[in-house]
Parts: sequence; structure tokens; C-alpha cells
Amino acid sequence: MREAGNPALHRFAVLTACCTFLLIIAGALVTSNQAGLSIPTWPFAYGSVFPPMVGGIRWEWSHRLAAGAVAILTAILAVYIWVRESRQWVRILGVIAFLLVVAQALLGRFTVKTFLDPPVSASHATLAELFFIVTVSLAVFTGKWWTGDVPQLHDEESPRLFTLALATSCVILVQIVLGAAFRHNAFGIIPHLIGAAVVVAMVFWTVLAVATRFRKVRDLRVAARYLEILLGLQILLGGAAYWAVLAARDAVQPTPLYVTITVAHVAVGALTFASSVFLTLRCYRILKPSHEAHTETSTERALS
Amino acid sequence: MNRKFVCWAAAFVLSAAIVGCSKSSNQSSSEGQSAAPAATKTVDMATAGSISGVVKLDGAPPKYKPINMSADPYCVKANPNPVFPDEVVTGDGGTLANVVVYVKSGAEGYSFPTPSTPVTFDQKGCMYTPHVVALMVGQELQVLNSDNTTHNIHPTPADNREWNKSQPPNAPAITDSFARPEVAIPVKCNVHPWMKGYFAVLANPLFSVTAKDGKFEIKGVPPGTYTVEAWQEKYGVLDQTVTVAASQAATSDFTFKAQ
Repeated sequence: MREAGNPALHRFAVLTACCTFLLIIAGALVTSNQAGLSIPTWPFAYGSVFPPMVGGIRWEWSHRLAAGAVAILTAILAVYIWVRESRQWVRILGVIAFLLVVAQALLGRFTVKTFLDPPVSASHATLAELFFIVTVSLAVFTGKWWTGDVPQLHDEESPRLFTLALATSCVILVQIVLGAAFRHNAFGIIPHLIGAAVVVAMVFWTVLAVATRFRKVRDLRVAARYLEILLGLQILLGGAAYWAVLAARDAVQPTPLYVTITVAHVAVGALTFASSVFLTLRCYRILKPSHEAHTETSTERALS
Repeated sequence: MNRKFVCWAAAFVLSAAIVGCSKSSNQSSSEGQSAAPAATKTVDMATAGSISGVVKLDGAPPKYKPINMSADPYCVKANPNPVFPDEVVTGDGGTLANVVVYVKSGAEGYSFPTPSTPVTFDQKGCMYTPHVVALMVGQELQVLNSDNTTHNIHPTPADNREWNKSQPPNAPAITDSFARPEVAIPVKCNVHPWMKGYFAVLANPLFSVTAKDGKFEIKGVPPGTYTVEAWQEKYGVLDQTVTVAASQAATSDFTFKAQ
């Protein structure tokens, strides 16, 4: 029998994950508005906590304030988990989340000090997504679904659905790195386009495996549905974002349309990654290799 | 699962750190650029001539939309009339402004003192004035802020040291200089992303920047044959070979093709 979850802790983890998602949007707004270097000093704006909120300073300073708020939330979450959580690996993950947000802040400083050096900026964008995934994972691990009884099902086919979902998550991560590298001028669009094709193939394979092997398992079916919807939206946004980048190439300043589309592409990319990891975690929780699998008490609950 | 997950997280962090640390190998790569041939001769001003001419644009200039300055109320207030980008500025008869015309080669054997007069680059009405400045290697650049709003000045050179400084209203002038020739260094304000200008850093003082009438004049040119280059931010460069006789004025006109 598994221990009952802590609803308050879970809610706080969800809050932290949601705020992290908003922070990713704030960061994307900085990049799309070309405001990353509008405040040459770090962490304060030339010694001030209240700089004039005009032009690019609005985006950059808002991003830093949001980052500070998320760092505080993460620190509280890590302590909260450490105090109230009995699972050692969840406690360690809470500490990792805190270390990641600190590393991300230092990387943010590094982007300012290196004048947005492409590898540094791309790393900052990538680490943001990894941190987001850790906060999403903590929200999942502290939730009632994870800590409660769930069915243990066989997965006798090869490759296992868990392996497939994990591989898809890794491919999406690589695609995020390629997208960040393109966005921060490290290299061209071709690698990102190839990555998109691979992601589509992997997601299609994974979703198909869910549909054919576990059509009646609602927990997996719903997670796979999130993934395919978000991927479809992301592909459309990707095409629109590339068009926006080309259209804005000779523009004297970022246009609202360019900013909206590119920020949406970053945001939905983060959600696509999160949904893939969510499916992976659900697969891990529910599916066991045939030699390990045994059915627990509430198998029927998960079946629609 | 527990150990697996922690391992994955550690691997992710490590990868990000590796990518992050891979920077800056190219940042100092320009430090060891080869020096110009040793300059031994000084210019005899008694025999020096000049090169003058007009720069024109063949074809219609691009049509620009007015700049949207709504991101900063001060900028809107400072510009009651629509403001257009300075990328291509033409005068009557297609004359072209903001073109740097300079002696690219042929003067390497001469030594030129660095001008003691600083070059000023002002931020006025949330635009750069002038849009393009030319200065010699080592010559002092003074950046002013005549606006009642904060700017940041961020040159993005390829062969010189990059810097980024903020300048609030009434702040003292920012002074700096560049160590290597570079035509031209883009400079921008990240607070006001429409603000874009250029610093043309040259190896000698034989240069001129055209005004709206497209005219330029390079004085103090020792007798000899030179490659003269005209640089424009959108249309690139044009080269001409020009011979200057002792105490004579040579003429050289340039015409860029509109794209």
C-alpha cells in the first residue's frame, strides 16, 4: 500500500510549475523583443531595483523579477518537500530543482556578461525547459494519482511503451536545443527542421502504440491525446514562426505579430515537452515488464 | 525509477553545463591580428592633395514605414512627426547620405597621428545623430545622451572589443576607442530596438562621411595611387582606383545600385 499524498504540497508544486511556465514566456518575450541586453548590469538594473519601465527594460526587468519569484518558490518547495516528504528520491529531486534554478540564474547572468553569446543563450533557454520539466515532475510525484493505487499492467511488446515515450521525450529535448540554437543564431534552421520531422515520427509512433496496446487505459490515452494535440499546434506555430522570422528580417524593430507567434512557439514547445514527460511518467507508473507485472487492487478504476 | 530519474536529471545538467562552457573561444580570437606594414613616411601637407566626389543611388530607395516608438512615451513626445529609419537616406537627384568613403589601401607606408579631437555620437529624439560616424583607430569616441530617457549603447564589433553601457538622462558622456580597423561596427540600443547606427573605424584619417547631398571630400592625401572604398550599410561596398597628383584635387564619384 502506498502512502497518501500531501494535497497542500502538491498544490504548491503545481503552483511552482505554473509560475515556471510563465517565466519561460517572460524569457521568450525578452528574446523576441531583442531586449536581452537592455540592462547591461546584473542582477540589478544599474544599481536600482526600480528602473524606468520603458522599452526593452520592461521585458528584461519583468523577466528578472519573475525569475526571482520562481527561485523563491522553488526554494520553499525544496524545503517543504524535505520536511514533509518521506520518499528520499523526491526530496533529492526537490534539491535538484533548487540547484537548477540557481544554475539558471547564474547562466542568465552569463548571457548578459557575454553579450548573448549564442551557445550561452541557447544553454539558458535549454536549462529553462529542463527546470520546467523537473517542476512538472515534482507536481506529478506529489500528486494523488502518483501516490495512490494505480493498475499495474503488462507491456509485452517491443519496444516497451515506456521506452518509446522516454525516447520521444529525449528527441523533443534535442529539438528544443536545436530550436534554441536557431533562435539565438548559433546555426541555421535545417537542423531544427530535421528535428521536427524526427519528433513528429516519434510522437506518431508513441501515440499509435498507446492507441493499439492500451486503448482502454484512460490515464495513458488522455496523456497521449495531450501530446498529439500540442504537437499539432506546435507544428502550425513552427511554420508561422519561421514565416514571421523571414518577414521580420529587414524590419527596423520587432513587430507585435512576430513577437506573438515566436513566443507562442516557445510556450507550446515547453508544453509539448511537458506532455511527453507526463506520458513517460505515467507509462513508468502503470506499465511493468511482464516478469514484474502484477495487478493491484484498483485496476478497474483506470479502465474506462 | 528513483535512481534512474536522478541520473537523468544529473545528465541533463551536465550537458547544459558543457554547452554553456563551450563559449568564448572565439571572443579573443581577434587579439592577434596581423599588424599593418611598418609606416615610416609622414605626409608632407605642402604636396598633399584631396579626393572628392558625390555618392548616388541608382534606382528608387526603399519605402519605410514610420518607426513605432510607443514602447517609450518620451520618444513619442519627442517626435510629434513620423520618424523613418536612417538605413537609406537620399537627397535631390538620388544623392546618398551616411556613406563612408575612405582610402582602403595605398597609404600603408605613411604614419598618421591619431586625431586629438573626439568624435561625438549623440542620442537625440531616440535616434542616433549622426547615424554613421567614422573615426580612426585609437581616436576617442564620445557618446552623449541628449534625451530625457535611458539608453544603452551596445556596439557589436567583429574584430574589436564588444561593450554595452547604459546611459541615463543627464549622465556624463561615455568615452571609448577602438583598437583595430573595422568597417563598420553596428551599434544598437536594446531599450529602443529601432535605434541602429554604425561606427566605421579606419586605419588612417583619410575618410569622409557623406551628408544628404552625397558629397564627400578627403583632405591631406599624399600623392599616389589608392584604392578608395565607399561603404553603405544596405548596399555594401564599391571600390575605385584613384590617383592623386601633388597638391591636386582628384575626383571620384560612386553610384550604388538600388536592390
